[in-house]
Amino acid sequence: MSASLERGVALFKEAIDAPIASFFSSCVHCGLCAEACEFYVDTGDPKYTPIHKLDPLKRLWRQEYTLVGRIAKALGLSRPITDAELAEWSELVYDSCTLCARCSMVCPVGNDIAYMVRKMREGMAVAGHAPEGLIFATTRTINVGSPMGVSIDTVKAQIRHQEKETGETIPLDRVGVDYMVLLSSMEVVNYPEYLGALAKIFKQAGVTWTLSSDGFEATNSGIQIGVSDLAREIVQRVVDAAEKLKVKGVVSPECGHAYTALRWEGPNLIGRPYPFEVVHIVELLDRLRQEGRLRTSGKTDTPLTFHDPCQLVRRGGVIDQPRNLLREVAGDFRDVADRGVMNWCCGGGGGVSTNDRAEPLRLAAFRQKKEQLDAAGVSTLVTACANCRVVMEEALEAYHMEHVQVLGLTELVAEHLAQAEEARKAA
Amino acid sequence: MTVTSMDLLLWARGPGFEAAVVIFTLGMVWRLIEIFSLGRKPDLSLPRERAGASGLNTVFRRFLFPPGMLRRAPVTYLGGYVFHIGFGIVLLFFIPHIELARGVVGFGWPGLPTPVVDLVAVITMVTLVVMLVSRITDPAKRLISTVEDYLTWALTLAPLLTGYLAYHHLLLPYQTMLAVHILAAELLLVAMPFTKLIHFVTVFPARWYNGDLFGHKGVPS
Repeated sequence: MSASLERGVALFKEAIDAPIASFFSSCVHCGLCAEACEFYVDTGDPKYTPIHKLDPLKRLWRQEYTLVGRIAKALGLSRPITDAELAEWSELVYDSCTLCARCSMVCPVGNDIAYMVRKMREGMAVAGHAPEGLIFATTRTINVGSPMGVSIDTVKAQIRHQEKETGETIPLDRVGVDYMVLLSSMEVVNYPEYLGALAKIFKQAGVTWTLSSDGFEATNSGIQIGVSDLAREIVQRVVDAAEKLKVKGVVSPECGHAYTALRWEGPNLIGRPYPFEVVHIVELLDRLRQEGRLRTSGKTDTPLTFHDPCQLVRRGGVIDQPRNLLREVAGDFRDVADRGVMNWCCGGGGGVSTNDRAEPLRLAAFRQKKEQLDAAGVSTLVTACANCRVVMEEALEAYHMEHVQVLGLTELVAEHLAQAEEARKAA
Repeated sequence: MTVTSMDLLLWARGPGFEAAVVIFTLGMVWRLIEIFSLGRKPDLSLPRERAGASGLNTVFRRFLFPPGMLRRAPVTYLGGYVFHIGFGIVLLFFIPHIELARGVVGFGWPGLPTPVVDLVAVITMVTLVVMLVSRITDPAKRLISTVEDYLTWALTLAPLLTGYLAYHHLLLPYQTMLAVHILAAELLLVAMPFTKLIHFVTVFPARWYNGDLFGHKGVPS
């Protein structure tokens, strides 16, 4: 057994806890997880059955943590995990799973399969079976500061550009404000108008805020690839920056996995709770709306629907907020059947979008989404995750549906912000 | 020495039964210790509270169809319900079974008329056959199926089938078939802790953990 494989197997062993042992013990191989998984539903290939993606981990659990399995192992009757097997499983664990957790919602015995895939990736990465694209993204985050190689200078250039565009100020490194705002490099590169939208909204709502030059990147490919010490380092940057600026809260951008990384995994990675709160921008906007600090006027007549980012909704608990905001600004909102916590993933979450070799599969897995759009009969798709947005824009092109426009919810809200004067009158 | 059907029946009712109960009990305790002694790390992130999002909620909610799923897998869902309910009725409401329980635990409960139980047994067995066909023909189920799945299927069918044959005096003399029936039930009992059949107990902690993991984030799962 090679040293890396040995370390990988050791991490598999370490990953197995009482929940996982309960899950594996209970699985009756009913196959319902397959019916919930877009990679199976859209390709019909049984190897994409979610529980099958965990096969090596399950076998290890049996060999190490069950009586019958240990006896079989002692008698030489069980098959050890090999590098060749993990190499084969790399596609199943990284390419055909976005950690969307739709399977975890339907398993009749309650298996949280996404929880297990996330843990299995730890061993896979150490054993050397993570995909190139994700390794590259993670290395760049550590070395440059962001997975797409965006540096603080690029951010500064976008700040200047957006300030000119909107006439608002975008503060950098301001101490003692309410919120430190994070970005995903996807936004910095493709949707810088998010920054301008925030400047306008926060001005109206009277929220003080800042960006930090020490920690601006919210996404964490260390988590997606499954390397905890790198994930910890990436989270630590944000925590250090927020503590240095003495902010009350950190705003996670329109990105699902960044929210999961910061809000739910971060404290566990650094080993202590945060002294500040973490909110997703959509969560914050809805809170401001409820407090009457965010006022909109007029609605768009364009028929539109909403794509729930998995990590924001099913894995994040920000469920009603996007629709509360949409009701304020959309005159013709057409919801889809499988929505909210049962939404279908864009196909590119969990690091799949940074994993080049997964592209054909990711595009195939978009079919559910396409059918949802066709059924809703809309040509505008609003979401709250820049990664979903890029993934869906690419997929729409591949499906010859370029007429469908994808919008960020924050920008849509900013477009309908009541004029400052109106806001003053109302107050 | 020849073993008569009476010897077999006496063994099945006496030492066989006791051995099965002991193996089942010790096996269950052992397996549950194996599972829970693994423990889990505390979650340091601040939980989000939401009504309906908790371990207990999920334990109950998973008895229902998740939205949109019945349409996608009608055979699995309906088969699953019919089999479990049917098996439960035959096991718990067949009057001789209740009498057996009265002998062991000291109390009984009202049973169902035997023709009703008989019909339920047939429906349950037919459902098991349908589920087996589905396991073999459905590509996803077929891929993830192991020897254990087919073995536990047979172990589950055996008490139903032998009970049915014994009651209708088919195939073997009644006394012999009854002994085979009891042995089949004991075999099932012995297999329970060491196979996926243990889900009849572990389904509750598994669902609870699922609901708790989701519930921590304020998601009703």
